[in-house]
Amino acid sequence: MCSVKIRRDIGFYVYFRRELALARSAFGATTAPVLFMFMGVSLIPLALSSDTASQSSIAPGFVWIMVLLASLMSIERIFTFDYDDGSLEQMLISPQLLVQPIFGKVAAHWVLTGLPMSLSSPMMALVLSLPAEGYLPMMLSIIIGSAYLSLVGSVCASLTVSLGRGGFLLPITLIPLYMPIIIFGSATIDFAVNSMDWSFPLAVMGFLLCLAIAICPIAVAAILRSTLLF
Amino acid sequence: MIRSFFNLIWLYRLSSPKFFYRISGRVIPWLFLASITLLAVGLFWGLLIAPPDARQGHSFRIIYIHVPASFLALAGYYFMAAAGAVGLVWRTKMSFWFMKSAASIGAAMTFIALFSGAIWGRPSWGTYWVWDARVTSMLILLFLYLGVMAMIRAFDNSELGQKNGAILGLIGTVNVPIIYKSVDWWHTLHQPATLKVTTESSIHIDMLQPLLVMIAGFYLFYALAICLFLRAEILYHEQGTSWVKELCARRKKVRGVL
Repeated sequence: MCSVKIRRDIGFYVYFRRELALARSAFGATTAPVLFMFMGVSLIPLALSSDTASQSSIAPGFVWIMVLLASLMSIERIFTFDYDDGSLEQMLISPQLLVQPIFGKVAAHWVLTGLPMSLSSPMMALVLSLPAEGYLPMMLSIIIGSAYLSLVGSVCASLTVSLGRGGFLLPITLIPLYMPIIIFGSATIDFAVNSMDWSFPLAVMGFLLCLAIAICPIAVAAILRSTLLF
Repeated sequence: MIRSFFNLIWLYRLSSPKFFYRISGRVIPWLFLASITLLAVGLFWGLLIAPPDARQGHSFRIIYIHVPASFLALAGYYFMAAAGAVGLVWRTKMSFWFMKSAASIGAAMTFIALFSGAIWGRPSWGTYWVWDARVTSMLILLFLYLGVMAMIRAFDNSELGQKNGAILGLIGTVNVPIIYKSVDWWHTLHQPATLKVTTESSIHIDMLQPLLVMIAGFYLFYALAICLFLRAEILYHEQGTSWVKELCARRKKVRGVL
């Protein structure tokens, strides 16, 4: 009788590594969100006036709209590829606690989209002539806020996973849920630029993130089970 | 009678489509009569008898549509989400159909609230649309309703669509207070208060009484609409069962005689 010891505690790490490895093999997937953000920003001076004052006043909001759109466009891939090639079923029947691989996948999505966008956002702020006091709050708010976007996005992505790609359903259901983050995110930058205390909106974003970390992976696990093992 | 009420047997029996169809058929005429009466009385009282507002004149009278519709838009979301939760836990099909009906009616109520608010905004604020905290959060509520409606209808497998719609509605329940608060803070912190028309001027009793009548009338109308929508859902989903076939055969016979 052979007894294989099954480790139930490594799901997070394994899936996190797997997603990063997959992303490395497809180079475009990692750089695309940042590229998308910059291209979107380059539209501002073309569409609106190119004078510095008006740009710096819309910069906080616009940075956040681009972060939201980039997250929205990439979140669909989090489950659809795995659904198409069957590895999502593999994940469901594995002996792991299902929350762990899901959390690993979401964390990888954040590392691949939110983190690079946050790190490269000062360049964008420079182009939009945002005052220098706004840089640190902007990076912090994008780090926290994009993690929330990835978590909540994964819930809606799991709801629509069996519909395949390219539908309007995901953005329609997701944008209302993203709204608090875009309000507090742009408020953080705005407060800092106007030399007000910006810790309050950032703290609210942190609270929302904690809530999402507690609820979303469990919700995704339940939804995927009921959708795929239907 | 009283014992069975507390046994919740009545609730259990209402979750049977056939029983609900029979009972609602008897209740609907009364609901219709009561809601029409209340709405007519409330409108007559509010539009013609109640005194005009000191500052806004006669334009305030749209409150008798606007406020009841907003009440039901907000309460309807929680009815919908609660029905979805009941459906997810106890797997009763009736609660999913209730959720589907409540989503459509709630979206309509939210639209009425927004539309009447825009009409009201023109004379009192000077513009149809203002990105005010309340207006914005009602708009987001409409988006949430539309998202749930789209989710329910998106799947070939209607049971899966209803389940996913219920989950989305529940997530929205968490989000509705957050959205409201965030939009509220966004404005109170950001902009100087330019709109002070809506300051809490405690409403006069002569204006309040017709408003309460209208709210009661809207609630009854909501119940009526839910009953009608649910009956349609029941007939659609149970069309293969023998009692629906019997019902249709009887209707056909009646129509043939006439």
